Amino acid sequence: MSRFNLYLYILICSPLLSLAQSKITGKVTDSKKHPLPGVNIAVKGSYDGATTTADGSFSFTTTANGEQVLSATLTGYQVLELKVNTSTDQQLNIVLKSAINALRVVTISAGSFEASDDKKGTVLKPLDIVTTAGAGADIANAIKTLPGAQQTNDREGLFVRGGTGYETQTLIDGMLVRNPFSSSLPDIPGRGRFSPFLFKGTTFSSGGYSAQYGQGLSSALILESVDLPERSSSSVGVSVIGVSAGVDNLSKDKKTSYGVEADYTNLAPYFNIFKPKQSPNLGPEIIGTSVNFRRKTSRTGMLKFYGYGNWTKMGFNKNSLEYPGYTESFKLHNNNVYTNLTYRENIGHDWHLYVGASFSSNTDNINADTLLKNYAPTLIRVQSDLSQSKLILYKNMGRFSVLRFGGEYQYAVEKSTMNGYHANYVDNYTAAFAEGDVYFTPSFVGRVGGRAEYTSVLGKMNFAPRVSLAYKVNNYSQFSIAYGDYYQKPEPQYIRFDNYLGYMKATHYIVSYQRVASDYTFRTELFYKKYNDLVKTVPSYNNNGSGYAQGIEVFWRDRKSIKNVDYWISYSYLDTKRNYLNYPFRVQPDFAANHTASVVYKHFFPKLSTNLGLTYTFATGRPYYNPNLPADKFMSEKTITYNAVGVSASYLTSIRKAFTIFVLSVSNAPGNKQVFGYHYSSDGLRREEITPNVPRFIFLGMFMNFGIDRRQDVINNL
Amino acid sequence: MKRIFLAFLFTGSLATAAMAQSAQYQDAMVKQTSDLDSSSTFTPDGLQQKANTFERIADAEKSQWLPYYYAAYMQVMQAFMLQDKTQIDPLADKAESNLDKAEALNPKSSEIACIRSLVATARLTVDPMTRGMKYGAEAASQLEQAKGLNPENPRVYMLQGQSLLFTPEQFGGSKAKAKTTLEQALEKFAAFKPESNIAPHWGEAYTRKLLEASQK
Repeated sequence: MSRFNLYLYILICSPLLSLAQSKITGKVTDSKKHPLPGVNIAVKGSYDGATTTADGSFSFTTTANGEQVLSATLTGYQVLELKVNTSTDQQLNIVLKSAINALRVVTISAGSFEASDDKKGTVLKPLDIVTTAGAGADIANAIKTLPGAQQTNDREGLFVRGGTGYETQTLIDGMLVRNPFSSSLPDIPGRGRFSPFLFKGTTFSSGGYSAQYGQGLSSALILESVDLPERSSSSVGVSVIGVSAGVDNLSKDKKTSYGVEADYTNLAPYFNIFKPKQSPNLGPEIIGTSVNFRRKTSRTGMLKFYGYGNWTKMGFNKNSLEYPGYTESFKLHNNNVYTNLTYRENIGHDWHLYVGASFSSNTDNINADTLLKNYAPTLIRVQSDLSQSKLILYKNMGRFSVLRFGGEYQYAVEKSTMNGYHANYVDNYTAAFAEGDVYFTPSFVGRVGGRAEYTSVLGKMNFAPRVSLAYKVNNYSQFSIAYGDYYQKPEPQYIRFDNYLGYMKATHYIVSYQRVASDYTFRTELFYKKYNDLVKTVPSYNNNGSGYAQGIEVFWRDRKSIKNVDYWISYSYLDTKRNYLNYPFRVQPDFAANHTASVVYKHFFPKLSTNLGLTYTFATGRPYYNPNLPADKFMSEKTITYNAVGVSASYLTSIRKAFTIFVLSVSNAPGNKQVFGYHYSSDGLRREEITPNVPRFIFLGMFMNFGIDRRQDVINNL
Repeated sequence: MKRIFLAFLFTGSLATAAMAQSAQYQDAMVKQTSDLDSSSTFTPDGLQQKANTFERIADAEKSQWLPYYYAAYMQVMQAFMLQDKTQIDPLADKAESNLDKAEALNPKSSEIACIRSLVATARLTVDPMTRGMKYGAEAASQLEQAKGLNPENPRVYMLQGQSLLFTPEQFGGSKAKAKTTLEQALEKFAAFKPESNIAPHWGEAYTRKLLEASQK
C-alpha cells in the first residue's frame, strides 16, 4: 500500500521529470500532395508541438505519454485531430482537407456585374463609379462603361443588349424606382437622380436575373443603400453649377443615424459663358433634398428610411425645323418625391425576413410652343404616383442553400393631361415569386425559380420561369448559364390609350465564363434574347411586335500590372433587329450600335495625392430613319461613329482639418463631333443632327467633409 | 492517522502539481516573450511559428488571456508582412477571434484595444481606396479607447506616432507631431511597469526607430 502511495506521490508531484520524451516527426500535405507550411501541430492539452516548415515537415519532442490527441490546424483547412500513442517515437503523414469557406463557394454570376465592399472579389467597387472619368458621378453613365450597355447618350436610361431604356428597372433596397432619371426635354436626356455615395452595393444585371425582380425585359440595376455611417460628419460642396450641404449624425451607441442633405443647382451662369446649342429660357434650376434614418434594431436587424425630394425647372429655345425662321420653346417644371422604408431581420431558425414599403410621385408640367406662330402652346401634365409594398422570406437550407419566396403589391395612378384632354388609369399590380439556390456541391449551384404576376390594367396574368447554373472550376474560374422569361407592361403612353394591350415578353439565354483573381478580372458572355409581343402602333395598337438580340461581350480589368494604375476594357458586339412601334418590318433599331467599347483608366499619383482618370468610349454608327428613302430602305442609313474621351483629375487635401477634394472633369475633352441621329421636317425637305446640347462640359468643384476623418491612414505608406 | 497523512499528502501533491503547471506556463511565456523586440522574430515564418506556439499555450491553458493576446499580435504583424493581400483578411479574422477570447478573460484592456487597432489597419491595407473610411476610423477609435482605458500605456502613443509619421501632411500627418508623440511614448515606456514579466512590454526599440525616422 505504502509503496503504491509513494509511486502515486512521485507521479503527481513531479509531472515534469516523470517520463521519458518521445519524438514526433512527420509531414503535412493537402489532398493533392502539395506540402503545407505553417501548420500548427499540437499535442492537445500540452504546449508541445511545432509549426511545419516550407516542405511541410515537422519534428518535436513531447513529454506527454500514452494515448494523446494530436491536432493539425491551418487557416483555410479543416482542423484534423488524430489519436497518437506518444509513448514511442512516431512518424506521421498528415493530409489536410481544404475548408469550405464562403470565399470558395460558387455564386450565380451569369449576366450580373456587382460592385460592393464585400470581402469577396467583386468586379467593381462603389468608389469606381464615382471615379470613372466622363461619367460625372452618374451611376448610369459609369455602368455604360461595362459590357452590355449602349452609349445611347441622347436619351436617358440604360439601353442593354438591344433593349430600350424602359426595359431596365432600377431598384433601391429591393423597392422599384419609378423615375430613376430626372425628366428630360427633347434631345436633352435626364441625369440619374441618386448620388452614387448613397450606395454600398450596385449590381448591374444585363440579363438572366432572379425571379425576385419583375417588369424589366432587359436589365436590372439593383442598388443597396449604405448602412450606418462610420462617424458623424458634415459636408459642403461648391461647384461651377451649384452648392450642396449635408449632415450625417451617428448616435453615441452607434446604432442609430440620421442624415439631411440639400443641394441647389443653377446652370444659367455656366450657360452664359459656354453657350449650349439650345439657349435656355427657364433655369435650368434644381433644388434637391434628401433625408435618411437608419437604425440597427438588433444584432441582425436593420431599419432604413430614405426620402428624396427634387424640384426642377428648365426650358430651352431652339430654331424650329418645321417652320424655318421661327423658334420652338420647351419649358418643364418637374416635382419628384421618392420614399423608401425597409426592414430586415433574422427571425430565428434560419429564417430571414425582409419587408419594404415605398411611395413615389412624379409630376411633369411641359409647355411646348412655336413662338410667334398663331398656335396655342401645348400644355402637357403627366403625374405618376406609385405605392408599393414587398415581403420576402428567406430560409437557409443546409450550409449554403437558400429558399426565397415572397410577394409584392403596387398601386399606380397614372394621370396625363394634354390641352385639357385627360387620359388616366389606375393599375393594381400583384406578384409572387419563389426561388431556391440549391448547392449540389460547394462549387456547383443551381437556381430555380418562378414569378407570377397580375396587373389589373391589362387584366392579364403571366408566369415567368427562371433557371441558372454556375460551376466553379477552381478558386478563380467559373462557368455559368442562365435562362429566363421576362414580362413587362407596355409604356404608360400606350396603356393610357389602349387597355387591351398585353405584356411584352423577352426570353434570355446566357452562357458566361469568368476568372476573378485579386488583381485582375476576365469575363466573357454570350447571349441570345428573343422578343415577343412588343407593342406596335401601326396600323393600330397591338402586341404583334417581335425581335431578337444576340452578341458577345468581353471585360478585362487589371489593377496590378502597372503601378498605381487601375484600368478596365470592355467590348460588346450586338446583333439585334426588332419590329415594333411604327416599324414596317424587322430592322436594327435606332438605339442600337453593333460594336461598343470602353477603356477606363485611373492613375493615382501618391506624391501629388492626385487621381487622374481617362475614359474612352467608342460605338459604331446607329441607324436612323430617313423619310426620303423608299419604305424598304427603312432605317438603312447609319450615323457617324461615336467617340468620346472624358478626363478628370481630383486632388485630395485637407483644409483646416476638413477632408477636401477638388475635382476637375471635362466630358468629350477633344470635342469630337457626336451625332446620335437626325430629325426631319414633316415634308422631309430639311433635317437637323441630333447632337449633345452641350458638346463639352467642364466641371470644377470643391467638396469638403468635416469630421474626424482618418482617411490619412489610407495613404499611410501602404 | 494513515488516512489523515494520506489526505495531507494528497492535497500537498495537488498544490505542487498546480504550481508546477504554473511554473511551466511562466517559463514558457518568459521564453516566448523575451525576444519579441528582436528583428529575427519579425519574418513571416518567424511570426507564424510564434503565433502557433502562443496558440498552443493558449489552448492548453484556456484561462490565460496573454497567450491569446500574443498570438493575435503575432498574426497581425504577419498580416502586415504578407505580399499576397488575399491572405490578410483570413489572418485578421484569426487574430480577431484570439482577441475575442483574450477579451472574454480580460475585459477592458488597453493592450487588446491596441492590437484591435492594428487589425483594423491591416484590413485597410487590402484595399485602401475603398476600405479607408471604415477601417481608418476603426483603427483610430480603438487607439482612443486604448488611451481611455490606460493613458499610461506607451504602445498607444507609439501607434499614434506611427500613424502621424506615415500620413502625408495634407491629410493631417506631421513629422513634428509624430516626433512629439513618439517622445511622449518613450517617456511612458521609461515609466511603464508591466504587471508581470510576461505582461505586454514590447515596442520600445521600435519606437526609437520611428523617432529616428521622424527626425530625418
